[in-house]
Formats: sequence, C-alpha cells, structure tokens
Amino acid sequence: MPALASLQRWLFRLAPDEQLPIVLGQRRIFIVPTRAGILFAVVLMVMLIGAINYNLSLGHALIFLLAGLGIVAMVHTFHNLFGLCLTPGRVPAVFAGDLAHFPLQLENTRRQTRRALEFSFAGQATSSVDLPAEGRASVAVSFATQRRGRLDPGRVTLATRYPLGLFRAWSYLHPRWSCIVYPRPIRTALPAPSPTMHADHLHGDNGQEDFAGLRPRQLSDPTRHIAWKAVARRSDEQPHLVKQFAGGAAEELWLAWSLTASESGPEERLSILTGWVLSADEEQARYGLKLPGKQLAVARGEAHRASCLQALALHGENGEAPESSRQA
Amino acid sequence: MVKMVKHLKAVGKPSASPGSLPLLTLEHGAIPWLLAVALATAGPHAAHLPWWLSLLVGGTLLWRAWLWQQRRPLPPRWALVLLVIGSIAAIAWQFGTLLGKDAGVALLVVFMALKPMEMSSRRDALVVVMLGYFLLLTHYLYSQSIPTGAWLLAAIALLTAALIRLHGGAQPVATILRHALLLLAQALPFMLILYLLFPRVAGPLWGLPQDAYSGLSGLSEEMSPGTISRLTLSGAIAFRSRFAGEPPEKSDLYWRGPVFDEYDGHTWRARALPAKAAKQLPVVAGIGAPLAYSSILEAHNRRWLLALDIATRLPPDSALAPTLEALAREPVRVRTQFSFASSIDYRANVIEAPAILQQALALPKEINPRTRALASEWASRPPEKIAAAALAMFRNEDFYYTLRPSLLGPNAMDEFLFDSRRGFCEHYASAFVFLMRAAGVPARVVAGYQGGELNPVDGYLVVRQSDAHAWAEIWLAGQGWVRFDPTAAVAPARIEQGIDAALPAGEPLPMIVRLDSDWLRQLRNRWEAANNTWNQWVLGYNPQRQREVLSRLGWRDPDWRGMSASLAILCGLALLLVTLWTLPRRLAADPVQRAWQKYCAALKRRGIPRAEWEGPLDFAHRVAREKPDLAALTNEAAGYYAELRYGRRASNGQLLRRLQQCVRRLPPRRRKHS
Repeated sequence: MPALASLQRWLFRLAPDEQLPIVLGQRRIFIVPTRAGILFAVVLMVMLIGAINYNLSLGHALIFLLAGLGIVAMVHTFHNLFGLCLTPGRVPAVFAGDLAHFPLQLENTRRQTRRALEFSFAGQATSSVDLPAEGRASVAVSFATQRRGRLDPGRVTLATRYPLGLFRAWSYLHPRWSCIVYPRPIRTALPAPSPTMHADHLHGDNGQEDFAGLRPRQLSDPTRHIAWKAVARRSDEQPHLVKQFAGGAAEELWLAWSLTASESGPEERLSILTGWVLSADEEQARYGLKLPGKQLAVARGEAHRASCLQALALHGENGEAPESSRQA
Repeated sequence: MVKMVKHLKAVGKPSASPGSLPLLTLEHGAIPWLLAVALATAGPHAAHLPWWLSLLVGGTLLWRAWLWQQRRPLPPRWALVLLVIGSIAAIAWQFGTLLGKDAGVALLVVFMALKPMEMSSRRDALVVVMLGYFLLLTHYLYSQSIPTGAWLLAAIALLTAALIRLHGGAQPVATILRHALLLLAQALPFMLILYLLFPRVAGPLWGLPQDAYSGLSGLSEEMSPGTISRLTLSGAIAFRSRFAGEPPEKSDLYWRGPVFDEYDGHTWRARALPAKAAKQLPVVAGIGAPLAYSSILEAHNRRWLLALDIATRLPPDSALAPTLEALAREPVRVRTQFSFASSIDYRANVIEAPAILQQALALPKEINPRTRALASEWASRPPEKIAAAALAMFRNEDFYYTLRPSLLGPNAMDEFLFDSRRGFCEHYASAFVFLMRAAGVPARVVAGYQGGELNPVDGYLVVRQSDAHAWAEIWLAGQGWVRFDPTAAVAPARIEQGIDAALPAGEPLPMIVRLDSDWLRQLRNRWEAANNTWNQWVLGYNPQRQREVLSRLGWRDPDWRGMSASLAILCGLALLLVTLWTLPRRLAADPVQRAWQKYCAALKRRGIPRAEWEGPLDFAHRVAREKPDLAALTNEAAGYYAELRYGRRASNGQLLRRLQQCVRRLPPRRRKHS
C-alpha cells in the first residue's frame, strides 16, 4: 500500500504548513457531497421519474431548478473556504486532562460572511465560527489532553457545509504548533523549606523544629513522618496519619524529586512536584526545582513558574531541549 | 471587527468523518422555518384534501408552534405512532386504498404534518425539507397554472432559506432570504438549460393509478336531460382554435363530439356498431375551400377531438369514425395540439351502411304516445318537410330555452313537447330526433360545442364548457347526413351570439362567460392569452415540441446523445459563470500597494527600477541622487505610501488618491528619437 499512502500524501498534503499565513487555494480544498446531498440526489431522481410518468412540465421545472440549486450550492460551499487566510497563534500551556486551545486568527477579504466554519482535530470536539465580511475572527481549536509532554496535535480539519448542507468542503491545516502539557497537579502540602542551600540536608529533620500536630497522610509525605503509634491505634480503613511540623527559618524552598514518596510512580511524582510548584507560587515563596539531571535555581515569579512547569512537562522526553533553544 | 469565538457549539460526538451527517441538535430558532416549510408545502393541498385531514395538519402545526413558543418537550413517541397509524387508517377508509394519487398525497401530507412533532436533530429537519420537495411536486398533479408556477419559486426560496438557517446558524431573516434568492438566481440558468435540453421522455413509464385522470371535465359518453346544461355551468376552457385564415361565422361553428344513436326513453348513448358497419369508412366530400386550423385541446380523457363539422383532413393517429366524429387512437389525457382542415358545407355518407340507418330509426316501444301520434300525422310528407314542420313547431309555439327545465317523467317527450315546454338544447335535440324517428326519418343526436369567442389578444378562438351543445342530424337520400339545430329555432341568439345572449339574466351562467364590463372582459382575454402561451411553451414542452424548438434554433434532427453533450457543455459554462460571479476578487489586493507598484513601474520605464528589498524612503533617496528631476515627486509618493502603509492614517482615501495622482504627474518620457 505505499502507493496509496503516497497518493494520500500528495492529495491531502500531509506535510506541515511552513508558510504563514495559510491561504486556502483551490489546490487544498476538497469537496464531496454529504449524506444529505446524496439523499437530495436520490430524491431528485425519484421526483424526475414521477414527473416523467405523470407528464408534469412544472415538475420538470422544479427538479431542474433544484438540480441547479445543488450545483450552485457546491460552488458556494467551496467558496466558503476559498481564499480564507489563517494565522496560527501561540498555544498557551495547559495541565494534562484539560482542553488545550490552539488559536487561529482568521481573515476574510471577501465581501460575504463566511459562516459555519468548523475546526477540529481528528477525534476531538468541533469549534465553529462565523467570519464577518471583510473582517477577522479568532477561533480556538480544542484538544483534550491526556498526558504531559509536548503535544503535537496533528492537523486541523477545517470543514463547512454552508449554505445548504448538501456538500462538505474541507481543508487540512497543519501549522507547526505544539503545546506544552504540564503534568496533572496533585496538591499536597509543601515540603519544609530549608534554611540552607544544600539539598543534602533537606530531608533531615533540621529546621523542622516543633511538632505541630497530625494530619492524614498524603502521597507526597515521606514514610518517615508517619505517626506509627497513631496508625496502630486506628483501624485499617482510615488513612495513615503523619506528623506535622511547623516553624523553622526557611528562606528557600527546594522542591526535589527525592522529596516525593519514592514508592509512587514517576508520573505521580512529577504530578506532586507540579502541585508543589503551584502551591509555592501561590504562596509567593522562593523556590527551586530539582529533577534527576536538571536543576532550576531558586527564584520566584511567573517566568520561573513557567520554566519549572515546562521542565516537569518535558522531563524525560526525547530531545529534552526546551522550546526556546529550538526557536532561537 | 474581531468577533469573538462562538465557542464550541459543543458537539458531543467527536468530529464527523467526511460526508457523515452530524447528529446536531436542532437549534430552537430553526424550528419556525421548518414549520413554515411544512405549511407552505402541505397547506395548498387543503383545496383537495378531505376536511378532517386539513384540520389535522393545521392542528398539529399549530400545536408544534405552541410547543416551540412555550419551549415545551415534544409529545412521547408512542403518541405519535398512534396518530400516524390512526391517520393512515382514516386515509385508507376515506379513499378506499392507500395507493393512487389522492391517497398518496394525503399520506405525504400526514407525514409532513407529524414529522415536526418528533424533530430533534438536523437530520430530522432535512427529512422535513426533502418531504417538502416531494409535496411541491405533487401540487402539479392538480394544477400547473401560472400561479402554481409562481408558488413554485416562492416555496423553493423558502425551503432554501430554511436550509441556510439550518446550516448557517442565527442570522437576520432578511439576510437569509437575500442569500436564498441569490442562490435561486444563480440556479435559474441551469434550470433553463436543463429544461430546454434535457432529453424528454414521453410518459407514462408505467400504468398510472386509476384516479390519475379523475376530475377532467367535458362531454360524456351519454346524454340525458341535464347532462349538457350541467356542463354549461362551467366557464372552463374546452379547447382553443386558431384558423389559418378568417374564422367562419359563429353560427357555422359546430364542433363535433360524440354521436348518440340509441335511446332508452331517458338516456341517449352511442351504440357499439356491428363489426361490418364499424369497418366501413365514412365518405365525406367538402364543398368549397377547406378551412385549415389547429386546436389545442384540454385534457378530457376521451377520444373525440372536437373537429369542426366536418373534418376533411385529420392529424396523425386519428380517424373519422363511422358516425363522422374525429377520434384519436388514445384518449386525450394531456393538453395536446391537433391540426385539421374542415369544410362547413359538405356531403357526408350519401350512401350509408344499412346497420347505421336502421339504428337511426330505432325507438323504445310504447312510450311517448302523443309524440308518436303527432309524428304519424307528418309521416306521409317528404323528410325535409317533416323536419321543417318540427322546427316550425318549436319556433312558433311558446317553447322556452332555459337552463332550469322542469323535471320529466317516463313519457319525457310527451311532457316536454305538450306540457312543460321548457328545456335546454339536449331536450330540443332529443325531442326533434324522437319526432323524426317516429315519422320514419333516420335521425340521431350529435353532442359537441357550438360557437366560441375570439380572443383578440392572441387570435385564438376560445371554446368553453359553457359552449357545450347538442343538435340533431337526419339522413336524406341523395344528401347524406344533414344538420338540423332545433335550439336555433327556439333561441336563434344562442347560435348567432352565444349562450350569454340567449339566456335571460336570471339564469345561472358562470361569471366568466357573462362579463358585461369591457375592461373585465379585456382583462380576462389577456389572462387567458397568457395562459395559452404558458400552456404551449411551458406545459406543452414535450419530446415533440423539444425537437421543434431545437430545429428552429438551427439544429436538425437532435438526438439524445447530442442533447446530453450540449447539456453538459452548457451546464459547464454556466458553472464557470457562477464560479466567476461568486469568486472573491482576490487580485483586487490592497489599492495602496497597487498604486505604489504602479508608480515604481513608471519609474522603471524611466530607467530607474526599484529593487525588491528597497523600502520606499530608501528608494526615494536613491532617486534623488540618480535622477534629481524626479526627486521631489518620488519623495512625495514615497511619503504617502509610507504613511498609508505604516503610518497612522492607514485608510485615508485622500492620501490614496494623492498617491495615485503621482503617477499621472510624472513628466512624459523623453523619446530617444524625437
């Protein structure tokens, strides 16, 4: 089947779009009758047989008018896409499990409104937009993310059935865009801040001075903090309790891979780290991130948060080089 | 201008594969359009549907509209199923069948009325529209008049608008309608090409249901008192004729229909002739020049062609019956044009088959004794004298010509001739023939039309059902069959001027026949002439007419292959035109850009081309160095361009005009050899 594949590649231009803006010429718009269009044709055939049988001149006129309407509808459906200008926009990062939105700026140079333009990634929900005459609009094509990493959504199908629904014209858009999908955050209590810069001391009890109480154990809690005596008193169904400490003079917070419970899977540990980053950012703490093979220095602020999350998202991926290096 | 995303018209189902119909839920705002479609396509059928069905349709549509307005849920499925089954049963009971034209249309109407009740997805809505197309077609089973044709256009516009609303979302009604009309306007050329060139097939393709031709009016195969006077109540057109020369006098216009030679005391019928007599060809000799004319017969589902007495040349596939009427091989089921030649003075069947003469003397036994007694008084005279005596009796004694005769008993002729003396043409004709036969003269009743009215607008002589008439014929040795019209003796105005002149004002004649005011009559004439054109060019466009038209356009002997080929070519051309029409003016790029490029091109011709990479101001600097005479102007143009392109006054019409003028202000090129 390589011949078929190469035919498909040639016909549907499976290569990504390099030139921007994407302008839809006739070479890349495809059109076929919809099921409604086929039904329409069948209805016309049956009507024609009836008109011949009963010798209905006006019936002939009606059928021919409808046939003409079908042809004209085809032209209009095609023109609904023809000459459309699309510019892909920057894709905001999302957390796994959320909808990623791939923005497209649309520009219409025509004096007619382009209606019911439907955008979708394969197997994803459709976003529909009307584009005013000689105007612009933007649409965000959504993609339901499932796992962290760099998401390459593939090509977008832009389709329309307007005006009569008898034909479906479509075009494949394949902008070079990708979306960073952060791990799905798991919110747990932040690890204790450390007064020192040395990561080696982070998991000692230093700095965690006063016992502050008990709380249910979360996945991120090291086993060392489990209050075994309390656990022994309680029945098995209930979550284990951990000892909580407060106080200390932490200036810097190190969120380290090694701080997460080692019995959790790597993805879970990344999720926990993500939750920590979010919490730390919300508390406006200064924090650093330590991952196997990667370390981000202590800082705070929006940009730091983003680079931390990106590091988490791309952890362990091939060509882990961050996006910025590629774009430079 | 940035319109925010109408976000996610959330499609639950993942994106559809090409060609599949998304199961989109129907928008609330689209429903009134679909109800309008149902009303426009099913509504006009109310004219010929049983009243309960019309009531059902109106009721369900109103109910649906109410549900829509109140945003209530649709009735449960089982209730609809019950309604459908009930309606089908009622239709079967009403029409006696579920097949056939009327029952079929009734079923379609029921489906159309009930479908909106379970309409929840776009697919349901499409079904409604497709049903609408079918229902529109069925209208033409009943009427193909000009108003129906206009309704076609309006209804298609509505259906198209509904589709646009369905697929394009909420828009102002005017926008939708304008778009629908635009689509229709673009579809019209295709319709014309297809109408003209699509190879026509002569129907029917299969046997039509029995009721296919019901409701056609005209003369019938028998005549009893009241048959013709009932027909006279209709102003409908029976046929139109156009004479090659001057039409003859009105009193000579006897259009021959069925001939009745068997009488049972109440009803006249045409008797099936014995095989031998049926085979004998009539011998007709015209005296004087024959009149050539052609008639466009309305469909009446009978074989007679209503030629002028007596036809000497007949159209193909027709013949003169032994009783001298022109008969087509098949009943006339569609409006058809026939060409004839007829002679008003003629001798017909001077030698007649004995079987026919014998039949022309037959009378039922023992009825009408007084009539028989009167006839036997006359029997000794020669036949012409007998006829003259009968006519003189009608003329001189007080007989009345009226549409409202008295009811007659078993001895109908006696009662009519001696007591009531009120009758219409069928009474006079049958009494005359009875008298003749009783006196031993071969005689028979002829039915047909008499007279007609010339429409000055298109020159056609219009003959209506109200011109229906019956007269008598007797056979005279040496002369053959001779026409006698007893009505002419009673009411000469009927023959000379027409029925509206012959009947007093109180008689129930149709309005259209009795138009007193001139302008109304003129209006009617115009309307009927327009109808005649419509009939010939739109409705009468059959395979034969198609060949005629094409050969008139200079295409001899077109066959279906040639027609299909030219059809494809013309449709392709039309498609190209429509495409060009709707093609966005892509090349009509930025006028600013164009004006600047024009200016640069002009400078290039003057020997100083702008490099691709050169910005406007850089270019102006270089021009200033290399061609100081153009410096000022170029500087100005570049300034306008830069301002228009990159400055704040981006869409300034005045600046643009100034930029455009710069080209014109360039000094003329120096010619090298001047």
